Amino acid sequence: MMLHVAQGIIANTDQLTRADQAIGDGDHGVGMARGFTAVEELLTNSEFASIHQGLKAIGTTLMSAMGGASGAVFGTLFRGGAGGLQETTVFDSHALYNFLDQGYKAIQIRGGAEEGDKTMLDALGPAVRAAREHIQETIDRSLLAIAAAAEEGKEATKTMVAVHGKAKTLGERSLGYVDPGALSMSLICRLMADYAASLT
Amino acid sequence: MSKAKKLLNDPRQVVAESIEGLIAASHGRLEELPPGGVVVRTMIPEAKVGVLVGGGSGHEPLFAGFIGTNLADGAACGNVFAAPSPDVILCATQAVDRGRGVLYLYGNYAGDNMNFDIGAELAADEGIQVQTVRVWDDVASAPLERVSDRRGIAGDVFVIKIAGAAAATGIDLDDVASVTARARDNTRSMGVALGAGSLPETGEPTFELGDDEIEVGMGLHGERGVAREKLQPADVIVTRMMDYILADLPFESGDEVCLLINNLGASTMIELLIATRKVHAILSEAGIRVHDTLIGSFCTSQEMAGYSISLLKLDEELKALYDMPAESMALIKR
Repeated sequence: MMLHVAQGIIANTDQLTRADQAIGDGDHGVGMARGFTAVEELLTNSEFASIHQGLKAIGTTLMSAMGGASGAVFGTLFRGGAGGLQETTVFDSHALYNFLDQGYKAIQIRGGAEEGDKTMLDALGPAVRAAREHIQETIDRSLLAIAAAAEEGKEATKTMVAVHGKAKTLGERSLGYVDPGALSMSLICRLMADYAASLT
Repeated sequence: MSKAKKLLNDPRQVVAESIEGLIAASHGRLEELPPGGVVVRTMIPEAKVGVLVGGGSGHEPLFAGFIGTNLADGAACGNVFAAPSPDVILCATQAVDRGRGVLYLYGNYAGDNMNFDIGAELAADEGIQVQTVRVWDDVASAPLERVSDRRGIAGDVFVIKIAGAAAATGIDLDDVASVTARARDNTRSMGVALGAGSLPETGEPTFELGDDEIEVGMGLHGERGVAREKLQPADVIVTRMMDYILADLPFESGDEVCLLINNLGASTMIELLIATRKVHAILSEAGIRVHDTLIGSFCTSQEMAGYSISLLKLDEELKALYDMPAESMALIKR
């Protein structure tokens, strides 16, 4: 599933670049592509003993290959998210909720942002809550729910004023633009959901 | 705006290849260590605090150009405009550590802050003590009440000079950090942009600016400044920037300062010299003595047209450290 996500992120480089050109310095697309290209190589060439090891390795790879704020944040999503999944053998809706929730908390500690600050947390937060709401359902249904929630959250960032990162000095001029990190986060969720849907 | 024309090879290798060039030109004084982006002095003196600078590439000669005698001992270099990753920072930390701890010195940006913090945690796991000083000299980026929200721009240069000299005297990590922080607290800068630089990998400009427009207070990556306006005479713009800078510390009559007129990449020496003349006149009128003037490309943003003005207020200790000879690709002080 993560291989599908990696390939999808790489395929969407231009879209991510354009979003970051609007309210950043334009390097988000190339950074994400670089990070997920390394993840693609990792997943193609390695076997992991457990889901926990695999997600942690994805996080470490993103952190080193991507660099930048995005590397630190998305790397922490996977490394932090992997934290509660040591005993997990099946990535079901419980694991999904656990992963997103732990990832969210780890990112908050690392970066100090809150929802409403116009960051990727504004897509991840709604995804966490949707995962909790749909925790009793099958994984394909909960993934659909989190993807929809993340997309709504991403759209909502247009109404927010940036408080962190390179966009923060834009102040009111960041209004009307989607946050690139939130765009990436919602894209990751959508790609996960699409993959699960393609299996059923 | 059309795509920029640069002489590159594979755009994804720009940082790796530019580091290779820097190492070659150092004629044995610098070396690169795995995993790539780690540049260090080949002969770091024993028993002193290590000084590690770093941040995104694309601002050359910052940061690796400031590695040398009585300056930085090493640099952790990220991709263009992106912070270095924690593994690069950790390797650089281990390489510059001489048993008395390491000072991290970098510009105040979310990516750098997070990655260097992770690096410091990893270094602590390895038993290496780290202290951090972030540079936030750009007065345009946030009000004085939120000084630690400000961006780091060319003022980095003054702070690196002080940190390198302090570490060379052999004092301990807390003292190096303390005098470095004081240099940071005494530095104020502001820039003006006339045209955008571009990301080597995409050829795309980092921002859009009309043919007759300038942006006062623009950041190093195209971050918006305080005002976008029509081009005006240099003296008008320089006076406005100096008003902001002088009022911010504030710099007062009787103060002694160092001045840096920093080319953001594409401006001409004529423009920098014209600005220098005006800044000296303004400072003289304000009763502020200029101890030293640096003019050149120290902290660029690719081919951004424009320049920044930085002032460091000296006290006796800072002056002695500033006057210490130093040598690196970017800065030679006799």
